Amino acid sequence: MISIDEVLETNAMISKMNLDVRTITMGISLLDCIGSDVEDTGRKIYDKITGYAKDLVHTGNDISKKYGIPIVNKRISVTPIALIGGSVCHSTDDFVTLAQTLDAAANAVGVNFIGGYSALVSKGMTKADELLIRSIPEALATTGKVCSSVNVGSTKTGINMDAVKLIGEMILQTAELTKEQDSIGCCKFVVFCNAPDDNPFMAGAFHGVTEADCIINVGVSGPGVVKQALENVRGANFEVLCETIKKTAFKVTRVGQLVAKEASERLHVPFGIVDLSLAPTPAVGDSVAEILEEIGLEYAGAPGTTAALAMLNDQVKKGGVMASSYVGGLSGAFIPVSEDQRMIDAVSAGALTLEKLEAMTCVCSVGLDMIAIPGDTKATTISGIIADEMALGMINQKTTAVRLIPVIGKGVGDRAEFGGLLGYAPIIPVNRFSCDNFINRGGRIPAPIHSFKN
Amino acid sequence: MKKRIITVVGKDSVGIIAKVCVYLAGNDINILDIAQTIVGGYFNMMMIVDTAASPKSTELIASELKQIGEEIGVQIQVQHERIFEMMHRI
Repeated sequence: MISIDEVLETNAMISKMNLDVRTITMGISLLDCIGSDVEDTGRKIYDKITGYAKDLVHTGNDISKKYGIPIVNKRISVTPIALIGGSVCHSTDDFVTLAQTLDAAANAVGVNFIGGYSALVSKGMTKADELLIRSIPEALATTGKVCSSVNVGSTKTGINMDAVKLIGEMILQTAELTKEQDSIGCCKFVVFCNAPDDNPFMAGAFHGVTEADCIINVGVSGPGVVKQALENVRGANFEVLCETIKKTAFKVTRVGQLVAKEASERLHVPFGIVDLSLAPTPAVGDSVAEILEEIGLEYAGAPGTTAALAMLNDQVKKGGVMASSYVGGLSGAFIPVSEDQRMIDAVSAGALTLEKLEAMTCVCSVGLDMIAIPGDTKATTISGIIADEMALGMINQKTTAVRLIPVIGKGVGDRAEFGGLLGYAPIIPVNRFSCDNFINRGGRIPAPIHSFKN
Repeated sequence: MKKRIITVVGKDSVGIIAKVCVYLAGNDINILDIAQTIVGGYFNMMMIVDTAASPKSTELIASELKQIGEEIGVQIQVQHERIFEMMHRI
């Protein structure tokens, strides 16, 4: 029988430590929606999404009430649109039309975001891939809920530097088109190396072509719970520290597993994976940087940060994998700057720089995330930062990502306000030296030697 | 059996348990276990109940108990037991 202490512990995690299920994401394949023209394709996409996901939001809300656990977001991911629009989209405007269709479908079913306005170009770009990438600024500026991602590299294929160059330009254009709202369009775009097919988190969620027709993926959260657990073992050695993180990650992930199974049963859709990421929010006490501080750092970014984060990430995985029958997605600790209050504080205090963040991404689950940079940063510089991050992913056989926001009209010392879960961010300085000649070379970086395993 | 966990949290006062039990009895809800503790000056009670014989749905029971809680100045929550089993049992 469950004891009162266990009940109180669980409920304190929810009410005092911000434990929640961050997202239930329904992955929907659109491969059977390719029609005779853009209009026909759009109609099929709209009908399929609104048919499959019509019960998603209220099912999420019902599960939330049943267990007393908040389920913050309900989202949809779809097959990369560059594949779906390949035969019918002959201009960037055609692709933008499909983006607006996705937005309309998302609004119709009431989800928070829809991801999959994406292209997979790790080795080369088709005509459609390039058109989609070129349409991203307009697509993000004219929709509210559409999220976009491009996979430009992988350990198996190397890095598509033509795409990296183009994306640097597209990020700046997106920033320009949404400059009235601190370039918020860039918050909805992420560039990947080794992108997973089953990631439930935005902005990078898409429904990979290796997936079933429809699937339920769940992303958990819980940095506040880990932080609180570590407060109880202050001064203890690493063995105790690691054990505590593992046990806590287990508990958090079990809630995700429960919600995922229940959502899958209620919606009659197979359960895909639980993503056991520690995903922070701007709320006080829901911060990954705060965990790093509790581990013993004055600020995130202090010497020791990379080691502390590596350990944290590893223990979260070790605790989490046992709690769920299928773990996938990104699974680790997220280190977005604007979405984490103590990360913001660390940047403001001068403790955390772009270069240190880059080092941290070698050992965390994703990459340079939600970082506001000066609006006058050159496109080639943005491409250079992307290339560096992609190289880390390619060589280390891990997912890496970049979500940078060049805030038009603002510079170092200013602050960008995005609102809601996206938070706000102090603008971080970028290395001012040029990489023009490197980015302008064109072509691709070959796959690394350790990719040849056959 | 439909096991649910009822938790009552708030400032201690006379008659909290009585009030909740009267409601449960009146709605054919059987109490399987009951425990209480004071944490940080706050009254914490947990009940494991079986709602199988009750004509009311869990949602309705939850909302009516929440209402009673508001009347007597405590928070009353009804949750399915599985969330606790998942978290604390391997």
